[in-house]
Amino acid sequence: MNIIVPIKQVPDLVEELEVDSSGKALDKEWLKFRINEFDDHALEEALLLKEDLGGTVTVIALDGDDVDKALYTAAAKGADKLIKVTGVDAELDNHKAAMALASVIKDMDYDLILTGVQAVDDLDGQLPVLLAEYLGLPHIEVVTGVKVDGNVATVQKEFSGGIVGEYEVDLPAVLGIQAARETPRYVPVAKVRRAMRSAEIEEVSANVGDVSSALAVERMFKPETGGGAEFLTGSVDEIAAKIVELIKSKI
Amino acid sequence: MKKVLVIAEHLNGQIQDITYELLGKAKELAQGGEVAVLLMGKDMQDAANSLGAADKVLYVDSDALAQFNPQTYFLTAAKAIEEYQPDIVLVGTTSQGMDLAGALSARLKMPLVAYVSALEDGKAVSQLYGGKMNVEVGLTTPYIAAVLAGAFPADKGKADGTPEVVEMAAPDLSGAKVRFKQLIEPEAGDVDITAQDVLVSVGRGIQSEDNIPMFEELAQKLGGALACSRPIVDNKWLPKSRQVGKSGLKVKPKVYLAFGISGAPEHIEGMKDSELIIAVNTDAKAPIFDYAHYGVTEDMFDLVPKLMEKL
Ligand SMILES: Cc1cc2nc3c(=O)[nH]c(=O)nc-3n(C[C@H](O)[C@H](O)[C@H](O)COP(=O)(O)OP(=O)(O)OC[C@H]3O[C@@H](n4cnc5c(N)ncnc54)[C@H](O)[C@@H]3O)c2cc1C
Ligand SMILES: Nc1ncnc2c1ncn2[C@@H]1O[C@H](COP(=O)(O)O)[C@@H](O)[C@H]1O
Repeated sequence: MNIIVPIKQVPDLVEELEVDSSGKALDKEWLKFRINEFDDHALEEALLLKEDLGGTVTVIALDGDDVDKALYTAAAKGADKLIKVTGVDAELDNHKAAMALASVIKDMDYDLILTGVQAVDDLDGQLPVLLAEYLGLPHIEVVTGVKVDGNVATVQKEFSGGIVGEYEVDLPAVLGIQAARETPRYVPVAKVRRAMRSAEIEEVSANVGDVSSALAVERMFKPETGGGAEFLTGSVDEIAAKIVELIKSKI
Repeated sequence: MKKVLVIAEHLNGQIQDITYELLGKAKELAQGGEVAVLLMGKDMQDAANSLGAADKVLYVDSDALAQFNPQTYFLTAAKAIEEYQPDIVLVGTTSQGMDLAGALSARLKMPLVAYVSALEDGKAVSQLYGGKMNVEVGLTTPYIAAVLAGAFPADKGKADGTPEVVEMAAPDLSGAKVRFKQLIEPEAGDVDITAQDVLVSVGRGIQSEDNIPMFEELAQKLGGALACSRPIVDNKWLPKSRQVGKSGLKVKPKVYLAFGISGAPEHIEGMKDSELIIAVNTDAKAPIFDYAHYGVTEDMFDLVPKLMEKL
């Protein structure tokens, strides 16, 4: 069972986000990046499947902010192979990102591709589905359970209200993982440091045609924060009293 | 005058609210042109009766379409779009729509704008970064827009009457690589969070499972129940039946107290219609404050003990 996990670094949303001078993109100067949270789940599910069935896990990422760190972290968790795809700038353009990843993945040997269900920074649709289409594979998004038997996977897809659909899919396929069956494992920094010395990142250049999202970004702006809320101020004690009063007025 | 096609969504035979939300918007975008709904299913002709706001229902009937299937629905929708040639295609940024929008965009080479929170002729606003940024994009037809659930009112897409139903043939779906097996209903929880007057809802900001009992106690003191955001369920700190949001439950209590929840669009979708929303979050820029009536930026661990004292 050879599994490919595409991962992406995204801005840490705990940070304050600012628009840059172009007015169309994030100001990255002070941004902290972290792995997209659902990619951690995709990687976890891949590692669990490998533990069950044997095989390899290959992690692949487009070059970008702090990507090496994310790849080495994946190695420390148990990924066998790390690939960095260079030569493409696909910010806010998943069509291009998917095409770039597809250009590298198409020549690889794999049974399954597990991505995160979504990242916080795309404008033109879900990468797993685009990737599947460019590779000519079936796809299922919003996946919370994967079992593999031979070359068929049984997959659970979450709808609203906690309703789950169960599907069978012929492999290879692309699955967008919402949640792994276990909480993603944690690796201590020391282990990541060790991986940085022992693991190797293979760099491959992308081969992208003139695909693009064809969207014209006109401006990026912050929503009016706090537009709705009246902020309660004063001492914590006063605020607590006010909250109790508000609640009591409703019930 | 535009031709607008709405891709209908149904689950368990029920047309979902998003369909009406899209329909209302479609009528506005059509500017006197034609609004059609694409309905894919098995023996679902009668559902057209609830789509009176549309001019036309394009109906495709097949065993392979009885329940949502990422592949058969995609292939059928692609064929319908090629035949109908709409200027604008509207689909939900929902679990179903997330499987369709991108695939249609790539296959039909139509640009796609997703996470749409506002849409008018030639322009869309898309909500990114967990609701912390908006991006405005210019659009020229034909295009596909994947719209956030709850972005537009469902009322505008509801009207009496039965639109003309045009049957369309399904493409050959016999070799589908994705096969639907079954729908699994959620296990009933110990409490029904949709039936509470007061919900104390906790998010990742509570940091540890050890803090759950404190909020449980607070909920009890208020005569309500404890609810949560998705990461709390993914961490297995609370059961799925307590999850509020897109893939959890939609709640509308009299009071919704949110502790350490940032307010990602997927969470907002499930609670924004609560009567009184009070949010506690140390980040004054957290999107939850756009929807809360009252906001507090104190550390919740300072605030909660004081709240308990007063109850
Ligand atoms: C298809 C799909 C479906 C989804 N469905 C759902 C769903 O149904 N429900 C749902 O909730 N999410 C859902 N999500 C996930 C959603 O995108 C967010 O990841 C999630 O809502 C974030 O949860 P959170 O706000 O608890 O965590 P975070 O976004 O991490 O926010 C934690 C917040 O706590 C605050 N905080 C930290 N410490 C303190 C403190 N001491 N005092 C006060 N505040 C503090 C921080 O400022 C931060 O704003 C879904 C995602 C996808 C892709
Ligand atoms: N630039 C990228 N490089 C590698 N993987 C990506 C990239 N963008 C998206 N992905 C993968 O696709 C998933 C869904 O992302 P998205 O569709 O961009 O929201 C992510 O969770 C990643 O697994």
